[in-house]
This record gives sequence, C-alpha cells and structure tokens, in this order.
Amino acid sequence: MGYTFDFSVVWDNIGLFIAGALLTFRISLIAIAFGLILGIIGALFRTSGNRILNAITLAYVEIIRNTPFLIQLFFIFFGLPKLGIRLNAEQAAILSLSINFGAYSTEIVRAGVESIPKGQVEAAMALGFKPLKIFRYIILIPALSNIYTALIGQVILAVLFTSVVSQIATEDLTFAGDFLNSRTFRSFEIYFTVCLFYLAIVWIIKGIGYWVERRFFEFAKYSRR
Amino acid sequence: MTQFEVSKGGTATATEAAIVAQDVEKWYSNGFHVLKGVSLTVNKGEVVVLMGPSGSGKSTFIRTFNALEPFQKGSIEIDGIPLTPKLKNVDAIRREVGMVFQQFNLFPHLTVFENVSIAPIQVRNMPKAKADEIATQLLERVGILHQAKKYPGQLSGGQQQRVAIARALAMQPKIMLFDEPTSALDPEMVREVLDVMRSLANSGMTMVCVTHEVGFAREVADRIIFLADGLLVEDTTPAEFFNNPKSDRTRKFLSQILH
Repeated sequence: MGYTFDFSVVWDNIGLFIAGALLTFRISLIAIAFGLILGIIGALFRTSGNRILNAITLAYVEIIRNTPFLIQLFFIFFGLPKLGIRLNAEQAAILSLSINFGAYSTEIVRAGVESIPKGQVEAAMALGFKPLKIFRYIILIPALSNIYTALIGQVILAVLFTSVVSQIATEDLTFAGDFLNSRTFRSFEIYFTVCLFYLAIVWIIKGIGYWVERRFFEFAKYSRR
Repeated sequence: MTQFEVSKGGTATATEAAIVAQDVEKWYSNGFHVLKGVSLTVNKGEVVVLMGPSGSGKSTFIRTFNALEPFQKGSIEIDGIPLTPKLKNVDAIRREVGMVFQQFNLFPHLTVFENVSIAPIQVRNMPKAKADEIATQLLERVGILHQAKKYPGQLSGGQQQRVAIARALAMQPKIMLFDEPTSALDPEMVREVLDVMRSLANSGMTMVCVTHEVGFAREVADRIIFLADGLLVEDTTPAEFFNNPKSDRTRKFLSQILH
C-alpha cells in the first residue's frame, strides 16, 4: 500500500474534464429532448388504435430495449456508413442515444396516456375536439405528470448511458478520463473525479426536471385521485 | 346579450324539432340489448327530463345524441342534421350539442378559466381575446369568476359542475345534455347546480336532462320521459307523471324514489 494520492493530475488537466463534462451535458440534453419527442410520438402511435402504427412502434421498442446499447451505437457509427450515411462521432452518439431513450420513454409515456380517465376524452369529444388535439391539449400534460417520477428515473439512466459513447471516440467526460488515465495511470484520482462530474451533471439535470415539474405540473398537487 | 340567451325565433320556429330520435336500438358489445327501439322528439326551447331505474338506458340514450355512444338501428336527427349509425356528421352535431357529465370531467391541468376558453380557441379557432371574453361572462354567470385562476381540484364538486356547465356553454350550443349532473355531489351542493340549470332553462335553452331530482323535474321540465328496460314507458307532463302515472312500472319506480 505504497500508493500516494496525487490530485495534481486533476488540477493540471481540469480543462479536459470540464470540456468532456460539457459535451456529456450537451449530448444528454439533446438526446433526452429528441428521445422524449420520439417517446411522445411513440406513445401516441401505441394508443392510437391504428394497428399498423402500433405494430411499427412496438417493433421499434422491442428491438431497442432488447439489444445492447453499445451494439446500437456501433451499428449507427460503423454500420450506417456502408449505406452511405456518414455521421461524426458526436452525431452518431446523439442519434443512438435519442433512439434508445425514445424506446424506453415510449413505454413510460404510454403508461401515462393509459392512466387518463375515459371521461376526459369524452368531455373533449363532446366539445368537438379531434383526436390529435385531444392528445395534445387534454391527455398529454396529465399523462406526463402521472409518470413523471418514472420518466426522471429513465432520464438519469440516459445520462449515465452517455458514457458508452466514448467507445466511438466521442470526446465526452468518460473519454477525457480514459485519455488522461492512459497517459498518467492516475486511475484512482481520475475516475474519482469523473464520478464527481457525472454526479454534478445528474444533479443539474434533476434540478431542471424539478423546475419543469413545478412549472408545468403544479396542478397535480390539487388533483384528487 | 349574454351567452345564456338562446334565440327561440318567435312562433315561427317554436315548434321546430331540435332532436328527433326514431326507433333507436343499441346493443352493448357483450350482446346486452340496452335500447330496444326508443323514439323521442324534443322541440326547440323544451326542457325534457329523462327518468328511470338504473340500467334502463337513459344515459346511454342521451349519449347517442352527440355520438359518444354508437347505435345500431334507427335514426337520430339533431337540429336537422342526420346522425347515422355510421357516425357521420359527428363534428357538425357536436358543435350544436353541449354535455355535462356526472363526474364533471374538468381538465385537471387547466385553470378554471382555461377549461372554459380552450374549446372555443382550439375547436372553433376563436381569437383568444374573444374566447376570454366569453369565458369571463360565463364564469360570472355561474358565479365562479372569482375562482377563475384556480385548478379544478381546488374547487368543491358543486363549483366544478358549474364550471363544467360554463365550459359546455362556451361552445354556444343549441342543445344541452345533462347526464346525472348532481348524482356525484354532496347534498348541500346540489342546489347551486340546479339553480344554474334552472336559469339556463328559463333563458330558453333546449335541454335534455337525465336526473333523479324530483323537485327540478316537477318545476322545470316541460316533459318527463320515463325509460325502463330500454323502452320508453311514458312521455308526459310532470304533473301527470307524478300525480297520475299511467303504467305500473312508473308507479313502482315512483314509489321507490318518493319516500
């Protein structure tokens, strides 16, 4: 046990950590935003009563949720160029993370949509609302509110999943850690710092989630169920 | 002119039919024959109360008028627009018909004010300023304007139901359907809702109400329709219905509800 801790490797390269963390943060936010849009559309298709849309969405969910994310990432980054679709590492990372989060959030949002009482839809129909507007203006917000806790849990997992994209040389936080480690072998100090940065990123995103909850779902504390 | 005033159009249109239902038959998906050929004509400006034991098909019947329930046989015309069993003309009919539900069904994520203004804005594409003006008038009329910024969950049942009435009226319907509007209310809240319905009836609105409120039926209804087991048993005035019922089925029902 002759190991001497030396965090100077962290201080000397703090710019690398920060740059990596910023990229992780940016990729996370973009992928969560796109993924949530996919999830909302997926939930709409799953509950539309249209068999074809439902089948397509179900296939998407099954394929994504039952295969490893790393392979999905490799497929998009290394596989798609064979079809002429060339993406840089960051684009491939965002695309694969969005598609992945979209599949998980489809099922979560669908559960929320199905939790809305039938009377809500009937009241909207009686007022003359068409199905798409019922989904958009009547169902969506209460549905998201009902599953918000589960959704935030999945959002956190999505942030942590981003560490995998370092495998295609996306220069994220994990990549920064790996890079420094391969040059200095200060593994303890480096990965300890990487963990702290991930913790900070997750806390910031949870903070945004909390703000969204207070801003949009304030009504929920008054709805009796 | 308030939103409550409905043009009765003088004598020329006073006898025009608002609703003509002929031999309406409906089976539930489990095969239960809930409506066994019910015919009913409601004239413009009339207040018709539907009574009957539970399971008699009253709610199902009025829910066919705005196509919330499909039916398999017969025909329904709303303000001259045919509603075929294939659910054509649904949009046109829903524009004419407002509905108030037993469980209020207010939108929990919208404020009281937004609950009333959203349909004019999103369905009628009305400018927001105009919709807001209508919502203000209607909430004033049902006595909830001071609570306009609250969410439905912060209101009592009676208040919520009054908002629901305002919400339906905001679409400026020609016909209002009430599906047991006071059945989910605590007893002390029933009157405030009936008062709003009474003033709506006095303004000349065409109304079809499923209700067990005998006082309201006696005082406000022009006609009482008694349904039992999917059949129309009586169609008569409140005085005749309560004092001189014709069928045994009606007498049995009345002996059960008038204690």
